[in-house]
Amino acid sequence: MALEKPYLDIPGTTVFDADMSRQGYSLNQFCMSLMQAENRKRFHTDEGKYLDEWQMSDAQKQAVMDRDYNRMIELGGNIYFLAKIFSADGKSFVHAAAKMTGMTEDNYQAMMNAGGRPPKGNRYIGRSD
Amino acid sequence: MARITAGVATSHVPLLGRAVDTGCTDEPYWAPIFKGYEFSKKWISQKKPDVVFLVYNDHASAFSLDLIPTFAIGCAEAFAPADEGFGPRPVPDVKGHPDLAWHIAQSVIQQDFDLTIVNKMDVDHGLTVPLTMMFGQPNQWPCKVIPFAVNVVQYPPPSGRRCLNVGKAIRKAVESFDEDLNVQIWGTGGMSHQLQGPRAGLINQDWDKRFLDMLVNDPQAAADIPHIEYLRETGSEGIEMVMWLVMRGALDPAVIERHRHYHVPCSNTAIGHLILENK
Repeated sequence: MALEKPYLDIPGTTVFDADMSRQGYSLNQFCMSLMQAENRKRFHTDEGKYLDEWQMSDAQKQAVMDRDYNRMIELGGNIYFLAKIFSADGKSFVHAAAKMTGMTEDNYQAMMNAGGRPPKGNRYIGRSD
Repeated sequence: MARITAGVATSHVPLLGRAVDTGCTDEPYWAPIFKGYEFSKKWISQKKPDVVFLVYNDHASAFSLDLIPTFAIGCAEAFAPADEGFGPRPVPDVKGHPDLAWHIAQSVIQQDFDLTIVNKMDVDHGLTVPLTMMFGQPNQWPCKVIPFAVNVVQYPPPSGRRCLNVGKAIRKAVESFDEDLNVQIWGTGGMSHQLQGPRAGLINQDWDKRFLDMLVNDPQAAADIPHIEYLRETGSEGIEMVMWLVMRGALDPAVIERHRHYHVPCSNTAIGHLILENK
């Protein structure tokens, strides 16, 4: 029997479940390696070379080099692991979140200051409630 | 005999730590957030806990995907602040209470909750930000801390019901410890927030406020909230709020609400904070 996934109808959301975790193991472990200063330095010196040390798919490596967080998540990345990448880049969670929503950082920040993204219309794919 | 005297719930947004560490808490963006903790700092300086049992989640700092414990109790003498990708926070090391931690581990496991025992780990913003919010910037934290890490990163986290019940078991364990200790239990994380994907930035103030009421007055009902409701209504990272139920489970069924603070936004997150005392 397949694992139950009652969350697949939530728009714009990837739940880090068993399947995502298995797919993203090496990608996420690469992210963990950036918790060490010397690894951050090696990564920033030659990203492609550093990524080749990890058993990641080409698509995962490309997504990292593109800093395409939505794509990384689609390929099994978890946001708390991916945070090591943008932290190492000196970027904030707001920067990364804005990028994932396709908004400018200013517009995203303005939305948050106005109370955040409302739940109405964002609960189910294709529904307005 | 050791006893649990009070519970604290608070969000643990990493940027709160950064705001304190860089001295910008008086800025207009931050001031209303920190104002809500002024009472708390006074309160805790009077209550002087000997030990804080601190329920938090590790954010891929101590635990990678190599090992994902659902409940992990820190039994070490000390825990260093983790380097989360930009260097460790400039905060003191956290001193543990190994005698009490090991006692709780044994007692809670014997009450049928299978805890993971941790003898070495670094602690990230999930644990150090709440200490900063409650104690400010002392040279040493003024009490011992027992870290209790709950998995909320890898789906599924433990259910709300499981969290409430493990809180009850922790209380029993504390109360069977011989030394006379004033123990507080803190539940951290939340409230509504989503940090990932096109729906990032979701905030559900109505839901959060209902949850605060429910947690205080009807914890059993709060414990019955299923995972899918947290995910759908409060954002994918709102599920951290199950950790508040561990704290609530360790308190009396009826409690006194000393303090409440709620503010939107802090970074991507709704800040929630409660101080509850046993009667």
